[in-house]
Amino acid sequence: MTDCDKIWVRVEHATKKFSTRKGEIVALEDVNLEIHEGQFVCLLGPSGCGKTTLHRMIGGLDIPTSGTIMIDGKVVDGPSPKMTMVFQEYSLYPWRTVAENVGLGLEMNDIPAKERLTEVMRELKLVGLDNFADSYPYELSGGMRQRAAVARALVTDPAIMLMDEPFGALDAQTRNKMQRELLSIWQETMKTILFVTHSVDEAVYLADKIVILTPRPGTVHEIYEIDLPRPRDRTSVEFAHIRKSLLHTIEELEAGNENI
Amino acid sequence: MKWYSKLVLPVLFIVAWDIAATLINNAFVLPRVVSVLAIFTTPFEDMFSFGSLAENSIISIYRVSLGFIIACVIAVPLGILLGRYQIFEDFSDGLIQILRPIPPIAWVPLSLAWFGIGFAAIEFIIVIGCTFPILVNTIDGVKRVKKSWIETAMIYRANEWQVMNKVIVPAAGPAIWSGLRVGFGIAWMSVVAAEMLPGTTQGLGYLIMQTYGWGQIQVVIAGMVAIGIIGVLMDLFFQFVQKHKFRWESLDK
Ligand SMILES: Nc1ncnc2c1ncn2[C@@H]1O[C@H](COP(=O)(O)OP(=O)(O)O)[C@@H](O)[C@H]1O
Ligand SMILES: [Mg+2]
Repeated sequence: MTDCDKIWVRVEHATKKFSTRKGEIVALEDVNLEIHEGQFVCLLGPSGCGKTTLHRMIGGLDIPTSGTIMIDGKVVDGPSPKMTMVFQEYSLYPWRTVAENVGLGLEMNDIPAKERLTEVMRELKLVGLDNFADSYPYELSGGMRQRAAVARALVTDPAIMLMDEPFGALDAQTRNKMQRELLSIWQETMKTILFVTHSVDEAVYLADKIVILTPRPGTVHEIYEIDLPRPRDRTSVEFAHIRKSLLHTIEELEAGNENI
Repeated sequence: MKWYSKLVLPVLFIVAWDIAATLINNAFVLPRVVSVLAIFTTPFEDMFSFGSLAENSIISIYRVSLGFIIACVIAVPLGILLGRYQIFEDFSDGLIQILRPIPPIAWVPLSLAWFGIGFAAIEFIIVIGCTFPILVNTIDGVKRVKKSWIETAMIYRANEWQVMNKVIVPAAGPAIWSGLRVGFGIAWMSVVAAEMLPGTTQGLGYLIMQTYGWGQIQVVIAGMVAIGIIGVLMDLFFQFVQKHKFRWESLDK
């Protein structure tokens, strides 16, 4: 990566405080982050360290208490057409078929039904769900639902994809398969991806760049670049070495914070 | 549980009724089952100049349907508004909570004072009776729409109308529908009660009260049975739609 790369996401001194009945919670403090075009960045940190909060602020669903967040050089003041989000929990509409769900973004932008269908079928093929266009979400397995959510995210052809632990609820085997497929989608579509996870293994498998957050208040502890060639072999010595050192870092962070 | 097991108790009930009627042997207190059944075999026959069972049923159904539709037109949009915008709800919640527990029948004197004896007063009582369950269920359903469903629409920069139309209304659909179901049940009870008021000239409630005055208890009971049957059929309709149109609600996780 060189400095003249386009910077899609820039977070500068972002702080987020929540006021609750128990007082003020500083969820994030002075977070700084850059995501370059085409990068696969993983946001890694233990549960409760503010990953979801940061993800939502970059997505324009929440605003920082102080500091700025920019997408493509413009300060974020709401969801940008250049990005899309995939949530941790299943967020497909259960009253719509898979195809109707995937077409949502186009429908909101008043794209006519016929054009919509072509796009929808293309994305469904990409995620391997073309035979389930007319199924309802409750007829699909967890993995298939998240594939549909990925298809829904891709359909408006955004430059940036923000994903918050999208495979967190899946079993290990499905999860590995989804990771593999996501990488091939990423390589095919050349998206810029910010992927939130609390799994070191997942981050090492996926990322070009891992941003490690400390718990409470969340702040960037370390940025770790990984240049292992893909597809990565989880059983290789290099992989194990990186994973071990990251696990060590995370454990130290957690140990330094008793109240997590 | 097999479908016919639902019939066991009603059959026992009817048998017990008939035994009791035979023992009492006084049709002014408890008529035999056959004398009630006889009325159902001739539903179009005029009952002592108070109209036939069918005719009076249709009048009641017409009245309840009209009042119910008026209540839906008021309560569903209002409920969506109140559920979506907290500020409206904060303002109106106190009033709703106070009005809600007042039974429809308590509105009778006022409705007579405002509308006089007749059609409008009955409609008013029905509308008052079923507006609140519909309103409260709609508000509740809209407020319980998952935040992530609304945010998903926002990611695609849906405008407020699209959020309403494509997310909130379909997502709250099952709750709104069950409000309609409860509301219709109350409307049906209210219409019969309202028709028992002096001055009405038609309807099942009217038929029951008038034939009672003539000591025709078998007609009174036939009228009550008709109320029950019509109530059950309407409820089955609401359940049927719920099962088919809103199947996703029970299957989604
Ligand atoms: N809307 C909110 N109101 C109050 N506190 C919140 C809110 N959202 C998140 N938090 C708090 O901020 C911290 C970070 O949460 P979150 O971003 O969900 O962490 P993560 O996704 O890393 O598990 C937690 O302590 C959480 O309780
Ligand atoms: Mg989270």
